[in-house]
Amino acid sequence: MADTNVKQEIDARGSACPGPLMELIRGIKASTVGESVAVLSSDPGSNKDIPEWVDKIGYELVANEDHGEYHRFVVRKTK
Amino acid sequence: MHRIVIIGGGPAGTITANHLAEGLEEEIRDAKVEVTLLSDQPDQVYKPGFLYLTLGLESSERIRRPVRELVSPYVKVRLERVTRVDTEHRQVMVESDASYPYDQLILASGARLDPAATPGLVEAGDWFYDEDASMRLHAKLDALEEGRVVVSVIGVPHMCPVAPLEITFMLDHWLRLRGRRNTVELTYTYPINRTHSIPQCAEWASPEMMRRDVNIETFFNVEAIDPEKKVLRSMEGTDVPFDVLIAVPEHRAAAYLEESGLLLGGWVPTDRETLAVKGQEGIWALGDTTDLPVSKAGSVAHYQSSYLARNVIARVHGLDPVARYDGKTICFVEAGLDSATFIEFNYQRPPTVPEPTKMIHWAKLAYNNAYWLTAKGAL
Repeated sequence: MADTNVKQEIDARGSACPGPLMELIRGIKASTVGESVAVLSSDPGSNKDIPEWVDKIGYELVANEDHGEYHRFVVRKTK
Repeated sequence: MHRIVIIGGGPAGTITANHLAEGLEEEIRDAKVEVTLLSDQPDQVYKPGFLYLTLGLESSERIRRPVRELVSPYVKVRLERVTRVDTEHRQVMVESDASYPYDQLILASGARLDPAATPGLVEAGDWFYDEDASMRLHAKLDALEEGRVVVSVIGVPHMCPVAPLEITFMLDHWLRLRGRRNTVELTYTYPINRTHSIPQCAEWASPEMMRRDVNIETFFNVEAIDPEKKVLRSMEGTDVPFDVLIAVPEHRAAAYLEESGLLLGGWVPTDRETLAVKGQEGIWALGDTTDLPVSKAGSVAHYQSSYLARNVIARVHGLDPVARYDGKTICFVEAGLDSATFIEFNYQRPPTVPEPTKMIHWAKLAYNNAYWLTAKGAL
C-alpha cells in the first residue's frame, strides 16, 4: 500500500536516545486515526522493535523500506 | 545594531547567552550588538534536583538561582512572558504589550508538562517534574506504610530519559532503608518492549530491577487512569493497579510556539547539526523544545549551546554558520542512594553503561552543586 497519508517523517538516524521506536510513538500520539507516520532508522534493532510494537498495538505497518544504511518504516494509526 | 533575542531562562537560554556575551563582548560594548534574554521566571531551577526533593534529600532553596545572577552583565535580562513570535515583522510579542525586534532569535523555552492530556492523571497521579509536585509526592511516599507504587512513563518524549530508572532505583533503596520494602510493591511500566529506549541501559536496568523485586510491565502505553479504582490502563490492553502513581506526564513545547506556527508534530522542527529552525530565516532552537532525536536533557542543551552560539556569531559577522552539533549527550544515572553510573554518546557512537560505583555517585552529587558554573558558561 502506498503511504499517501504520511503526516510526519521523523529522521531518527543515529538516535541513541530516545530511539527510533520512541520517536515513532511520539509521532503516532500526535496523529489522528487514519494518518501515517514515517520514521528513518539506522538502528538494526528497529527491524524487530518496530514491527513487534505495531503488531502488539494493532496498527498497520504500511512499509519497511531497506535503503542500505537505514530503514524507512511507515506506520498507520488505524484505531 | 544587530539584535539577538533569546527566549527562555533555563540552562539552554543562560548558557547560550553567556557564550554570546563572551564571543561578542567587543561588539556589545561598542553598541553594535545587543543580546536580550526573555524569561518568564525570575529563578532558574536545577531540575535534576527534583529527584532528591521527592525523597526529602534536598531543599527547594538549594536547587534554584536568580536568572540575573547566572548571565553576563553584557546580556539584558527581561522578565517577560512571551505570547507570540511575529516572524513576518521579526519581533517577539510579550504579555506586557511590549515587543522585542530581532535580527536573530533563539528559541530556548524548554518543555512543559501536560498531565491533563491523560484522562485521570490529574485526579489520581503524581510526578516529580516540578517543585510543587515533587513536594506533594514526597508527602505521600513518606506516609506510605504499605501498598503499591507504580512508576509509569506516559509522556513520549519526556525530560531526562533516565529519570524514571533513577527514581525507581532510588525509591527502592529509600524504602529498604526505612524498612518498608517488604510491604511496598514496586512496579515499573515503559512504552516499548524493554525497560529503557537505549538497549544498553535496558540490558543493565532489567536484571537490576528483577534483582530488587521490581515488577516490570513493557509495551505499556498509558491510555487512561481510573481515579476511582486506581488503575492504569494501557493502549495495549493491560491494567495495572496502584496506590501511589509516579507518572511521567505528557510534555509539550511552550504555548506561544503553537500560537506562532513554529511547531511541527508538537515540537520545533530543527536542523540536527546547525540547530537552525527549518523553514525560518535567522531563528535557531536548542534544548528540550526541538524535535531532534536526542535526549531532552540539560547536557544536550549545554553542548548544543556552544555550536549554536558559534553559528549565531558567524551570522553577526556576515559568515556562514559552519558549526555542527554531533549529538553529544552525557547523563549521570543514579542507581540507588549511594551508587551511580553514567552514559555518554552521540549521533555516531552508542553508549556503554559502566558498573555503578560510589565514586560516580559522589561525582553526581558534586555536579549537582557545580551545575551553576555550567549555567554561567564557566564549566
